Amino acid sequence: MDYNNAAVARPVDATLAVNKLIRNTYTMLAMTLLFSALMAGVSMAVNPPPMTSLLTLGGAMLLIWLVLPRTANSTAGLAVVFAITGLLGFGLGPTLNAYLSLPNGGQIVATALGGTGIIFLGLSGYALATRRDFSFMGGFLFVGMLVALAAILANIFLQIPALSLAISAAVIMIMSGFILYDTGRMVNGGENNYLLMTVSLYLSIFNIFIHLLNLLSAFARDD
Amino acid sequence: MDWMKIGYALLLGAMIVLLLPKAKAMLQASRSATAADWRSIVLPLLLVVGFIMLLIASVS
Repeated sequence: MDYNNAAVARPVDATLAVNKLIRNTYTMLAMTLLFSALMAGVSMAVNPPPMTSLLTLGGAMLLIWLVLPRTANSTAGLAVVFAITGLLGFGLGPTLNAYLSLPNGGQIVATALGGTGIIFLGLSGYALATRRDFSFMGGFLFVGMLVALAAILANIFLQIPALSLAISAAVIMIMSGFILYDTGRMVNGGENNYLLMTVSLYLSIFNIFIHLLNLLSAFARDD
Repeated sequence: MDWMKIGYALLLGAMIVLLLPKAKAMLQASRSATAADWRSIVLPLLLVVGFIMLLIASVS
């Protein structure tokens, strides 16, 4: 038996598996982002009532928590991922219409879109290039997310503008951390399902975009 | 629309309830961080902060 070949075979296989996971994840992410943008465009044209956002968010949450874990290892998982991203994209339509009706609305939306893309590409590039293990951030990020959700819940009733901006800034930082954490998990073998990785990265991008819109609209000039 | 607020509150409450066990498990499972680990995330996150300030300045 050739022990030298056996010794190098495993790392090469592992590297190929990681490269395949990264390629599949980014291909799927690109397709779901395009589909989500298409659904947002349809929603903007149809202009559904504001409660659409609530219903689509609830539907997407049910799919993420109840259906995706059961279908992630089958081809049905592909349809579930497109359903999740399509629902979230469709729910974005009324929000985008509201922002576009603001003075400089077009500039705000375009800046948030471009800014989200640059943040995602920059952080992913950093995590892929350094190949660092960011698994130490897991607990910290989940607790941060829980605190942010509790603050969002409180501010639904308190309606404090400064708290809304602080929450948006915090969520952008937490989601940036999640991009590093998820990309690190992909590179270091912490996760090997590209559908779960796609949904996780999509949610980070989605949240950064929404909260960047909130921040930019709060500081935008009114001309 | 108050019922919309109640709907969002219920949805967020459900998210918190569903995420709580996961957060506890993640806290227990996460490896302890070294100073080098924290340094490795400070720079990219500071760059994100700077970039967002730049975006805010561009629209204000």
